[in-house]
Amino acid sequence: MSFWEIFAQQLFNGLLIGSFYGLVAIGYSMVYGIIKLLNFAHGDIYMFGAFTGMVALGLLSPAFGNAWLGIIAALLITMVFVGLFGVTIQRVAYRPMLKAPRLSILITALAVSMIIYNSMLLITQGQARPFRTGLTHESFFIGPLRLTETRIVLLVAALALMFLMHMFITRTMYGKAMRAIALDRDTCQLMGINVYKIIAITFFVGSSLAAAAGIMAGVYYGTIHFFMGFLIGLKAFTAAVIGGIGIIPGAMLGGLLLGLLEAFATQIPFVGTVWKDVFSFVFLILFLIFKPTGILGRVESERM
Amino acid sequence: MAEMKKSSHSPKKYPAVIDQIYNLFDNNVLRYFTFFIIISFLIILPQTSSRFTQEVMSNLFFYITVCLGLNIIVGFAGLLHLGYAAFIAVGAYTTGILSAVYGINFWATLPVSILAAIIAGLAIGAPTLRLRGDYLAIVTLGFGEIVRLTVRNIGITGGAIGLIGIERPVIFGYVLNQITHFYYMFFILAILAIFTSYRLHNSRMGRAWEYIREDEDAASAMGINVVSARLYAFIIGSAFGALAGSLYSAKMTAISPESFMFLHSVMFLLAVVLGGMGKIPGVILGAAIVTIFPEISRDIGQYRLIIFAFVLLLLMLYRPQGIWPDRQYISTKK
Repeated sequence: MSFWEIFAQQLFNGLLIGSFYGLVAIGYSMVYGIIKLLNFAHGDIYMFGAFTGMVALGLLSPAFGNAWLGIIAALLITMVFVGLFGVTIQRVAYRPMLKAPRLSILITALAVSMIIYNSMLLITQGQARPFRTGLTHESFFIGPLRLTETRIVLLVAALALMFLMHMFITRTMYGKAMRAIALDRDTCQLMGINVYKIIAITFFVGSSLAAAAGIMAGVYYGTIHFFMGFLIGLKAFTAAVIGGIGIIPGAMLGGLLLGLLEAFATQIPFVGTVWKDVFSFVFLILFLIFKPTGILGRVESERM
Repeated sequence: MAEMKKSSHSPKKYPAVIDQIYNLFDNNVLRYFTFFIIISFLIILPQTSSRFTQEVMSNLFFYITVCLGLNIIVGFAGLLHLGYAAFIAVGAYTTGILSAVYGINFWATLPVSILAAIIAGLAIGAPTLRLRGDYLAIVTLGFGEIVRLTVRNIGITGGAIGLIGIERPVIFGYVLNQITHFYYMFFILAILAIFTSYRLHNSRMGRAWEYIREDEDAASAMGINVVSARLYAFIIGSAFGALAGSLYSAKMTAISPESFMFLHSVMFLLAVVLGGMGKIPGVILGAAIVTIFPEISRDIGQYRLIIFAFVLLLLMLYRPQGIWPDRQYISTKK
């Protein structure tokens, strides 16, 4: 393969993986922006979404003649279901802790993550599961780029979800309320915003986007397993930090950037696929050292 | 006020029983007598007990050492550390590589392993300790993964299979290879860890840590160098872990990357939080619960971690300060 072929291919792969990272990172970033919590369970919600999607697909796809229709139906149902799951977690575990010391709520998030992770480990017996979509994987070429229909649809769908999310944040009352709470929760309460309701909506949206990313990853890789959430949770956090944590467009940008970095890192001699995860974490640490506010972040004058 | 609002996170009075036990131990004679009894019991224990008990007990001593190290970072200095297993791995692999590959005497590897932990602690702590606590949590988590992936992927550590053939320690020509020997080795280590922890807690640095934990800005205003004090906590805590890791590798004679996973970091943290952050007897209690509970509940096997996580969740909701917290515990931070 020539240089340009590799370049185009990695560019596409990077964008696709990066859009998954971005979708998960949005949830991370929103929750951090609004209640200053690193939601460790978010990666596990992504994994939970992938498994819920698998079950939903198994139930729904016979009912639809077309494979894509089945996937879309499963995607929507899963997003709603996992969104509600996220809200439940928030209600049970995080809401009582909102006024607690920061360390306590962080440990609570860790405990929730352990519960989801180990429950899924028990249910699946630690086995990877095939994600059967019934799609054909015929590849074709556009210029130097080897593509499949599935990949194009996935990329378009991920970017569309990001765009919708951006619209939601910038154009709706709920989005406005979220941004206001991120700035100052107590004042929002005084202004008559139902803070708990907005936090619940945040968790709903974040979890459903993570679930969507989980299903897309299932379609893309063809198998899902119980530990798929741990690494992507870390990666999504990295993406959120790169973009500027708490800033939604930053999370998307950071996700795409991290995806591209990883895709190109696999082509660097001595890095390869084995070291690409190490590469992203080193990148995270470097970013935290030199620009902790991220690409789109502003310097905070107040200290916590 | 009759209707004083009860918040679960404001400073709480302990239940009367715990308070009474506390007051009981204010009496020095009674305290030292109790210590004497416990220590004598633990010294005699291997003479009368089975291999299994000794195995569990030496495991417990290992956990006590590790958790006390983590307690310095999390409990004393208030820095959430989620990659502590990586520092144990640093110690274990330093000793492992030096003794298995280069054939260096076990005792000579100990200073090297502490040095390695200090370097690792500096490498990860120096740039990140200026940041807020949450970032540190994720950086340490990322560092843990970096260490695990690195030892998986390079040749000298034996890759995913791990390192085998680590040499047994020798004292005066006498090879330590029985479980009883390791029982005493870990026992001495745990005693040292407890002693050092107490000394650190009462030292100038220990008070600085406590002060920073409660109010960083005030501490800084009073002239405490926050970053360097945190860095000390980080390095000293890491050294504890590395030392425990070295002994662990000598006991096991074989180590693999899977012994130092994120899960283990979580278990150590769980022990510290469960017992009571910053309180040395509390941490020992937490370590004992985390080690002994799985042994006596083998039947529930796989459900263990889920139950543990639920316990942790409930504990955070209803008793965030742990079972046996520091008496001066005040949670003012938001």
